[in-house]
Parts: sequence; C-alpha cells; structure tokens
Amino acid sequence: MKLSPQEAAKAAKLARLRPDENELAELAGHMDSILSYMETLGAVDTSNVEPLYSPVEHAAPMRDDQTVKNCERDEVLANAPQADGRFFIVPKIV
Amino acid sequence: MPRYEPVIGLEVHAQLRTQSKIFCGCSTRFGADPNENVCAVCSGMPGVLPVLNAKAPEFAAKAGMALGCRINPDSVFARKNYFYPDLPKGYQISQFERPICEGGGLTIETASGEKFVGLTRIHMEEDAGKNIHSAADNASYVDLNRTGVPLIEIVSEPDMRSAEEAVAYLRELRAILVYIGVCDGNMEEGSLRCDANVSLRPVGREEFGIRAEIKNLNSFRHVQRAIEFEIERQADLLDDGEEVVQETRLYNPDKNATFSMRDKEEAHDYRYFPDPDLVPLRLTQADLDAWKNELPELPRARRERFVTQFGLPSSDAGVLTAERDLADYFEETARLCGAPKKAANWVMGDFLREINQAQLSASNSPLSPAHLAKLIAIVEQGAISGKIGKEIFPEIFAKGIDPEAYVREKGLTQISDSSAIESAVDAVLAENPDEVAAYKGGKTKLMGFFVGKIMQATKGQANPKLVNELLRKKLS
Amino acid sequence: MSAIVELSLTEMRDKLASGEATAREALEACLARIEETEPKVRALLHLDAEGAMARAEALDKAGPDPSMPFWGVPILVKDAICVKGMPNTCGSKMLEGFVPFYEATAIEKLRKAGAVILGKTNMDEFAMGSSTENSAYQVTHNPWDLDKVPGGSSGGSAAAVSARQSFLALGTDTGGSIRQPSSFCGTLGLKPTYGRVSRFGLVAYGSSLDQIGPITRTARDAAAALTVISGHDPKDSTSAPKDVPDFEAAVAKAGDLSGVRIGVPEEYWGEGIEEETLTVCRAALDAAKDKGAVIVPVSLPHTPYAIAAYYIVAMAEASSNLSRFDGVRFGHRTKDPADILELFERSRTEGFGAEVKRRIVIGAYALSAGYYDAFYRKAAQVRRLIRQDFLDAFKQCDIVCGPASPFTAFGIAEKTADPLQMYLSDIFTISLNLAGLPGLSMPAGLGAKSGLPVGLQLFGPAFGEEAILSAAKVLEETLPPLPAPAGL
Repeated sequence: MKLSPQEAAKAAKLARLRPDENELAELAGHMDSILSYMETLGAVDTSNVEPLYSPVEHAAPMRDDQTVKNCERDEVLANAPQADGRFFIVPKIV
Repeated sequence: MPRYEPVIGLEVHAQLRTQSKIFCGCSTRFGADPNENVCAVCSGMPGVLPVLNAKAPEFAAKAGMALGCRINPDSVFARKNYFYPDLPKGYQISQFERPICEGGGLTIETASGEKFVGLTRIHMEEDAGKNIHSAADNASYVDLNRTGVPLIEIVSEPDMRSAEEAVAYLRELRAILVYIGVCDGNMEEGSLRCDANVSLRPVGREEFGIRAEIKNLNSFRHVQRAIEFEIERQADLLDDGEEVVQETRLYNPDKNATFSMRDKEEAHDYRYFPDPDLVPLRLTQADLDAWKNELPELPRARRERFVTQFGLPSSDAGVLTAERDLADYFEETARLCGAPKKAANWVMGDFLREINQAQLSASNSPLSPAHLAKLIAIVEQGAISGKIGKEIFPEIFAKGIDPEAYVREKGLTQISDSSAIESAVDAVLAENPDEVAAYKGGKTKLMGFFVGKIMQATKGQANPKLVNELLRKKLS
Repeated sequence: MSAIVELSLTEMRDKLASGEATAREALEACLARIEETEPKVRALLHLDAEGAMARAEALDKAGPDPSMPFWGVPILVKDAICVKGMPNTCGSKMLEGFVPFYEATAIEKLRKAGAVILGKTNMDEFAMGSSTENSAYQVTHNPWDLDKVPGGSSGGSAAAVSARQSFLALGTDTGGSIRQPSSFCGTLGLKPTYGRVSRFGLVAYGSSLDQIGPITRTARDAAAALTVISGHDPKDSTSAPKDVPDFEAAVAKAGDLSGVRIGVPEEYWGEGIEEETLTVCRAALDAAKDKGAVIVPVSLPHTPYAIAAYYIVAMAEASSNLSRFDGVRFGHRTKDPADILELFERSRTEGFGAEVKRRIVIGAYALSAGYYDAFYRKAAQVRRLIRQDFLDAFKQCDIVCGPASPFTAFGIAEKTADPLQMYLSDIFTISLNLAGLPGLSMPAGLGAKSGLPVGLQLFGPAFGEEAILSAAKVLEETLPPLPAPAGL
C-alpha cells in the first residue's frame, strides 16, 4: 500500500491533529510502513471466526438506579484551563 | 395537483425517566445549577469507566414492547467518535450494529383513515451536555449536567407523507412513552427531541429523492412548520431543475425557515466500534416477561375502551386519554360515582380548568377522585344544585376537602323540601304584586325575575326544578 | 546501603507489623536511597516526601494494625494510575499540572492496607513505548548500566524497584509494559488476568488490553501485592466477578515443581533471539526440570500475526481513549485559540508527542469508513485465534514459558529512529494481552555478553496467577540470585 500525504492528512484531521508539512511527510511514511505490515493479517484465514473484542466472559454488570453525589463542582472545574466557577469556557462555537 | 410526494422519517430522542444517569450515579434532575450534577465519570476525566444503569435497558425494552418491536436480548454498546465541547470523552456511547430493539411501529389517525408507521430500530445512548453561546464575550459556556442522561433513539421508517402525519406520529409516540412511564414527554425541557428527514419524489416514482435532515425540533408546532417549509423549499428547488443537497439543517422559528448547518464541515466518519469498557448486555427471558407484564394499557386501546365501555364520544375519549394520569383519574372517579358520562363532563370541564390554572397534573391534584366522585353524587342526588357544585369547585379543589362535609358546614344543602320552597315562593310573589300582575298579563319573561328573587332569598340553595314547578302552579 | 532497602517487600512488611521497624524508619530509608540514586536513575516524576512523612507519622502514632496487610510499606506508582491529590502526567505534556480529584481502586485498596505512597514514576507517554524514552519529561536510566534503557512503558517503576527506591512499584501492562522493563531491570513483574485488577483510575490506553500489576523483587512480594490490589470492582464493568485467593499463601507453600508441565512454544524459542538470552533461559528451564517440572513442546501458531493484530487493536482503542484530551476541561490548552477547531487541533498537536500522535492517527485510520473490516475487525478475528492457541496449549501444559524479550536492555537513543522496529521487539509479550491471560517476567540471570538481566516469562491460564507465582518462587530459590545493579 502506498499512503499519500493527503490520506495521512485526512486521518490526522479525524484525530483533530494539525501536523505541519514536514511532520505530515514523516507521518505518511511511518503510516505507510506500519499499515503495510498490518496488512500481513490478510494471510490469515478468518472465515467463520467471530471477532474477539474483549477477553471478558461475563455479561454486562449493572447498577441500581440510585443517585450518588461523590464530588463537588469546584473539583470538577479545578483542572479547567478556563472556567468561571460554574461553566467551562471555550471560544465561541459558531 | 401535487407534483411531488413528500417522504418523511423521524428520529426521536427521548430522555428516560431514571433518577441517575446512564453510566454514573449523577442526578438527572432538570434545572440544576450548571455543572452541579457532574462527576469524574460523566465529565470524561482520565481513567474513569462507565457502569450501566439497570433501569436504562428496562425502559428501552418496555418502549420496544409497547411499540411492537423485536427485543434483542443480546445487544452491544458502541462508541460514536466525534469532537465537540459538550461531548467530554470525544465519543458518545451509543449502540450501532446490534441495538436493543428492531422493527415495530404504531398506528396514527389521518384525514384519510388509519395508517401504520413502521419503526426501524430503538437504541440506547447517552445525552451530551449543553453549550451556551455569548456573542458579547465571544465565548461559549459548557454545562455538562445533561451529559450522560440516558436516551433512547427511536428511528422510524420513512413512511410519513405529510407534516400532519409526522405530527400525528410524534403525538402518539409521545403518548405511548409517557403512558408506560419511560419518558416524561416534557418537550420544553428537552425530554423529547425530534430530527426530521425530509425528501421529495415525483408522484408515482418509487425511488426516494435526496433528503435533508432538520435537527432538534422541540415542539409539535415546530415539527409541523419546519417540515412544511422544507417541503416547499425542496419543491421550489426541484421545479427550478436544481438538486436538493444532502445536508443537516436547523429550523429557525422566528423566521419560520430551515437553514443549512454544515456546509463547511466534512461528513462525519464516526468510526463506530464496540465499546471495550462495556461488555455485551444480556437480558434474560425472565426479565423480558416481567417487564411485559408491567406494561399498562396503551393509549389507543384505552381510548377505544372508553368509547365502548363508557359510551363516550371518541373526541371525549381522546381528551381524557391524552395523559395517562388524567385517564387514571377519570376512570377512578367514574368507578366510584358510577356515572361515567357525568364524570367525563366534570373532569373535562371544571377539573381540567383548575388543574391547568394551578399548573398541576391529575396525579398531584389536591382533589382526589374519591372526593370528586362524591361531588358528582351529591349533585346527582339533588343535595346541591349543579350550579352550586360548580361554584364551590375551586375551593374544594384547592383545599382537597370532602365536598359533603363542606356543603354541610356551609349550609349549602339544596332545599328540596317543597314546603320550605313554597313559603319562599309565596313570600316573593307577595312582595312583588306588580310583577305578578304583569306576568299574568302576558309578560312571561318575568319568570326569570321571580326565579332570581327566590334564589336570592334562599341563598341559591333552592332546588331550581322545584322552584319552577311551584312558580308555574302558583302563577297559573 | 541501608539494610532496610535490601529487604524484600514481605520482609519489610513483617518487620513493620511486628514493630521491629517504624513506618518512619522504612520511609526514611527509601527517601535516602532515592536521594542517592535519583540523580543517576531518574525514575521519578513526582516525589511527595512531605505527604509520605505525614502519613508515616500518623501510622506510627496509631501503631501497627493487623487488619492492614501493608501497614507502613513505602510504595511507588506509575504516573498513569491516578492518586487523589497527586499530579498525574502519564509522561505527557498534555497532562502537565493535572491533579485528579478521584483515584484508582487499586490505590484505594493499597491505602486501606496501610501503604505509604511516595510518588509517581516515569513512563513512556500514555504508556506507548518500550523504553520509557517517549516520556515528555526525562529519560530513565537502567540501574544495571546507566547508558541503557530500563525498558517501557513502566520503565520508571522497574528502575525504581531495581534501584531499591521502594519495595513495590505499580506498573501497567498493555503489550508487555510491566514484563519487558522488569526483564531489562532484573525485577519481577506480573500482568494479572484481564479483569483481575480494576482498571478504574488507570488512564486508558488499550481498554481491552490494559491491566495494573506489581513490580517487585521476589515472587512472594508480587503475590502479596496482588492479593491487596485484586478484586471485583463495581466501578469497572470489565472487572471479573471472581474471589481473590490468598496468593502469598499459595506461593509460601510451593516447594518444587513436580508434576508441573511447562509448555515451551517453538515460536518463542527460535530465531531472532540473542544468544546470551537463549542461554540464560535454557538454563532456567533446566533448573525447572531439576525441580521436577516436565517440559512439553507446544505451539502457538498464530504468533507471527500477533504484533499486527495487537497494534491495530491497541492503536484503534487508543485513538478513541485519547479523544478526551481536547483542551476543554483539563490538560494543555493552546494559547489564544481563534475558534473551537483551533482549540482542539493546536492543543492536541502541542500536547502530544510524536509516538502518541502517530498511534492516534493510525488508530483513527484503522477504524475509519472503508478500513474497519480490513483492519479492526480482522485484527479482532485474529485475536480470537491467538487466544485459542493459548487455550489449546493449556490443555497440554500448566504453564507456558519463554523469554520476555529477544535481547537485553539496549542503549539509550539506539532504537528511536524506526517505530516499526520498536514494535517488532514486543513479539514475546503482546500475545498475552490479546488473550487476556496472566503472565510474569522473573529475573533468570545475567547475559554473558552484556552482563545485563535476562527475564523469563511464565504464562498461566485465566485466573491462574497462583500457579505462575508459585513456579516463579521455586525457580527463584533454585537459580543464583542477582547481584546488586552494577550501574549504581
């Protein structure tokens, strides 16, 4: 597979990253070699094999519908780069 | 002569009536101060994990059963990945390949009769937070209280053909969800939100046209008007030989128009994959059977039964079953007083008026069905007149008093003792000889004058029927 | 060197419990050792001497408590595991200054058990790496040779324990990040069965692969630590509803390996392994045989595909897990973003290092429309086959055994040029994470050529930590003990 810088840029955008031209070229190169390596999986016969997404064998545990308050608002806001004691603040969303 | 046929599908998001959020123990209570109902989990802090609220699949399954869906006992949560300030994890936990319910549908009344609207699926997901925009500060304020509130997304088949049908569908869907106690149906508070997919096709063609999606419609009125506008907009485009653009649009109620939302944004690639922090949900047949048994009679069936069992006109049945608690209230009252038609009138009239004024609902009415039933009974028996019954209604409603006791205490008992009324009649006739003469001379309208005087004298408690009878006798 | 820091975890614990040593004395010994060794090793990102002292003094005031199995024991924690009130950077500039107001369940358990938390250890950024060189803050040096890497991503924890800075350091293992650095640093590191230890409070990298585990100097120590941190957690849906056995008791009574069938997979003992590593590992197998073990040849045929499958799954999950680092609620935010898009893109581009960015982008690609089936779904199918390989092997043996790494610790800056080369060196550790099974790496000896530690892995069936810890203990007693790390 030959991955173009445009495809690399598209994938970077999906991940909300903004590599510059040099970084993009390097990224495309690395992606290309890594993804080519990953394509070796194509050699494995997986017809009729159910995907295994997690080693867990038990079914979903559930909790009772009870409210629990275990923290205060100022704790939740404490690490915010910008906040006013009530809200998180970001540039205006158009 | 319509050239185009509208094709409409609705995606409805309904908040589930749970106490706590879907994946954490924060309260779902509406109207809390910003970011008060938030914890490490729903604010997407590093290292946190989701744990499913047992009520969420219960409510989702019940909704599915009430809507005739197939319930998938095994269903999978998936991550829907996108970036937005009100989406703390950068993904929404939803369901993709294997939702909890599939198929189903409901019947609506249209101008041309009954119509079945199919459903594609129902799935569970978590709600996002809210952004409040401030032009003045050139900033947006993010409130995560709503993040993590459990939702079901109900996707209809594109079976609707007009704005009216869409509204009828939404009304019936809402009624069903409120009836089974799964959603409070409060559209002003955002408990029920609707996205409409609208496209047109030339009449007679089978292939669907390109559709536009109108997002976040939160009232029946907006749904109606937005769809009507959109149909016209698309018709104009097609008439001009242009193509409809597949895009997301927003409805502006002030301008009564839809506007394109995402012309700059690329189409979302949500990169759905099964959420590895949650494991597949497995519902047992025992769970499903128990939940099925807990389902109440649904609105349509109840409407029909009110018509056949109580002999009510269809429109009255409609009013009384619009809200489940009102229907329960009416039925209990009817049972206790034994006069369903009378009960219907009182409930639709005085009771609804008081409830609406006080901004209450039938379930938290201070006047109990037992007391209303008593009121109806004592009016029927003639202990008080209907007029007096109506007069005292607001007070016995507000104070929740036993009407019998009230009537006794205030001495309002209708006077039905002929001899007592007779003396009042005699007295009035004696006091007004000129009018008596005038009446006997042909001015029969004066009957009202005499009745009024007698009612005054008896403080309104004279049985009007008896008054009329006696007056006629004495004046003839 | 103070006698205290030479003690094993369980020896220290016993002396503290009996009153022979105070919590303060244990702490002071570790702090002195840290002061002495940190300028060379640089294993720590955060040291809370004051907080630890306050805690030790409070414990001493109350006196030893038999209900607290780790009363007074000083420990270190990898900086991916949240400790309330302590900074948590994950080795990244993205989380510089972030202080969690909640903590990992494993930490809660250790606190309740009386442990004294000294601080946080260095790691590859967001646990992505095999040398700790991807840390945005500092390079950690291997105590055996300061020019060599300690391994990764839990390099700080392994180096700290090797340097005797504490008796226990918690690490995390997604593809070998406890076992490989343990093998490089001559420590014993255990990755529990997936679901044995709660992941709540562990900053997620590969959610279906991650586990927290102990790094110690002996098997008995690891067993004691595992008992404390294990257990079903209602806050983690993937946490197994399994009782916690007394691992230490099982280990204590292990005497020999008679009747134990040790499976030797041909794929783990063949080409690509350094001669000195093979020699040490073969000698360890011989020692096991002397103790009564039966060696059984087995095969794990899908091993050649494990790296590709692992990296697709890990990168895909990571790309999603790291989306929460968007500059809105915590972490690095770019200066004066003009709009939301700039806020997201600049904050993330500035905050993440190159390896992290690379993995996030590849992960997003592997999940994207048109590629999901060929990459992510395919990798998940191969994962099932890899797991089945192990399940089949465990029908013929009780423990599977192989080297932890094809080579001993490499030089700092030696392998940073080609990311793919770094990934390929994970070949012996990653299958275990795909399968979700437990495994440890124990020091088996020093390589003849390099003089550096060689780690031998023991894998067990699901929830079979007792067996592998017991076998490790027997081997420990049989093999010659390691000398003190030569670099210090």
